[in-house]
Amino acid sequence: MGYPHKPHARETVVLSKHFGDADAKSYKGWVKRGGYDALQKAFGMDPAAVVEEMKASGLGGRGGAGFPTGLKWSFMPKEKKKAHYLCVNADESEPGTFKDREIMRWTPHALLEGTAIAAYSIRAEVAYIYIRGEFTEPLAVMEQALAEANQAGVFKDKVKIYLHRGAGAYICGEETALMNSIEGKRGNPRIKPPFPAAAGVFGMPTTINNVETLAAVPHILKQGAAWYKAMCLSNPKSTGTKLFSVCGHVQRPGNYEVTMGFPLKDLLYEMCGGVGPGRTLKACIPGGSSVPILTREETEATLLDYEGVVERGSMLGSGGVIVFDDTTDMVYQIMRLAKFYAHESCAQCTQCREGTAWTVKIMERILAGQGKMQDLDLLLDLSDNMTGKTICVLSDSCAAPVVSGIKKFKNEFEAYITGKRRPVAAD
Amino acid sequence: MNVNHAPAGTEEYQPVFTGKTLEQLNTILARYPTKQAALLPALWLVQEERGWISDRSMTEVAEVLGITPAYVKGVVTFYTMYHQHPVGRNFVQVCTTSPCNICGAEDVVKALLKETGAGDLGATSPDGKWTVIEVECLGACGFATPVLINDDFIESVTPEKVPEIVQRYR
Repeated sequence: MGYPHKPHARETVVLSKHFGDADAKSYKGWVKRGGYDALQKAFGMDPAAVVEEMKASGLGGRGGAGFPTGLKWSFMPKEKKKAHYLCVNADESEPGTFKDREIMRWTPHALLEGTAIAAYSIRAEVAYIYIRGEFTEPLAVMEQALAEANQAGVFKDKVKIYLHRGAGAYICGEETALMNSIEGKRGNPRIKPPFPAAAGVFGMPTTINNVETLAAVPHILKQGAAWYKAMCLSNPKSTGTKLFSVCGHVQRPGNYEVTMGFPLKDLLYEMCGGVGPGRTLKACIPGGSSVPILTREETEATLLDYEGVVERGSMLGSGGVIVFDDTTDMVYQIMRLAKFYAHESCAQCTQCREGTAWTVKIMERILAGQGKMQDLDLLLDLSDNMTGKTICVLSDSCAAPVVSGIKKFKNEFEAYITGKRRPVAAD
Repeated sequence: MNVNHAPAGTEEYQPVFTGKTLEQLNTILARYPTKQAALLPALWLVQEERGWISDRSMTEVAEVLGITPAYVKGVVTFYTMYHQHPVGRNFVQVCTTSPCNICGAEDVVKALLKETGAGDLGATSPDGKWTVIEVECLGACGFATPVLINDDFIESVTPEKVPEIVQRYR
């Protein structure tokens, strides 16, 4: 859904409050809306106190892993011996996810403010915001906002923020690949340890946070950790609000902000208007394409928080919800997802480079009507070899939809193999 | 690396990093503790100036940043947005990953190939004006199908809207 739009009555608008409001994009407009108050408050606090506030709020990383933000910040060396850096992951590329894009387009100063607070808290003088190359409009908006904020001197020479444009590589959303990319290298993920807090970008202690995570920081500092923590509908470990990007076969796709623990069923049927007339929901990927696929029954029973989605056999991930109705050819779409990972593999690890490519080849063979029943076992065996065996999780991400797809929609695979379904040529 | 096929002195290469572009590069260099970190931004500057990144330009970038031409080529080939050969004046990228795929992205590609005269994916139309490629997720899945024409991000494109969009860029 485009903007401006009126939020749904059941949304809890914190981050998305000013989406669609062009005036909020400017420095003056942002200040008028209470912007940069939290930053001035932070500058008056001890950095460790800001970290404690984040810990108390329960804020988890919104890029996908959900790692507690305050805890991550506290990993930075207490005694500062080297330069510290903050990297901001604005390389949003996970299929199904388009929330950071809206944050940057409509509330660039929310991200800048959160970035400055985070940098101050981890005692970094420099922060790099890594924006994916295809995000031409968000980049232009961020450039303008940064110029205005610098002009106003709002960062008080305590932190310098720079924008760094990517050049088309999904893998650069992986934290260590992103750091390599900033250093002017190929975006190959690094072996961990050392973890970024010990040796990150330029070999210095580094913290890396997602756009949505940082956009929440000013609100928490301003309204208090207790206020944030109170926003919780299910598991007390998952707090605050989360933006969910809904796409695919729904009547009103778009970004919706709800309190953690919100029922996925209500998000899809009530807020997004469900699937098209006369159609039924077949499957749903709740957290970006890298997480296991849910059936309709599982989807309707899912509560949207980190624990709730795991309970149903998938993951909350980045909050990119992809909806498939009963007209969907699951075999074709899973092949298409595997193709994405094959294209985006950095090719460092054999299991990933070979595994993603062979997954596509075998699936194309099945789609062409030339598959054998053993191919399904072969795919599962291949996926097993691609899980937990590589430097980063891109390989695992390719395996997730394949394994869950074969498990939950096996009849569709078999229909191609037995000739019940007409073969399709994969482009 | 073959950087210069012509005999020495017969090919005139105009450096990219002079005047204003050199100033831009110097501003960028000040942001990082190493020169090499300016590599991605420097390559963007080359592409903005020349439309693509030739082997000779890669050598120039290498010289300016104090790294080898082979290293620069390794980086250029890693990132899909850097053009290693000339492309049409209008470079069209269409997302065809699953969320857009189920909303009809493949038909948008077909319509664009036909309307622009580009014919095949990756090929340039005979008038040199159009190159159309399929790309993986553009990060606007709720606005299927997103199409990036040069730096213009166009949302919710359908085959029916294609003729009017193409007309705007003729």
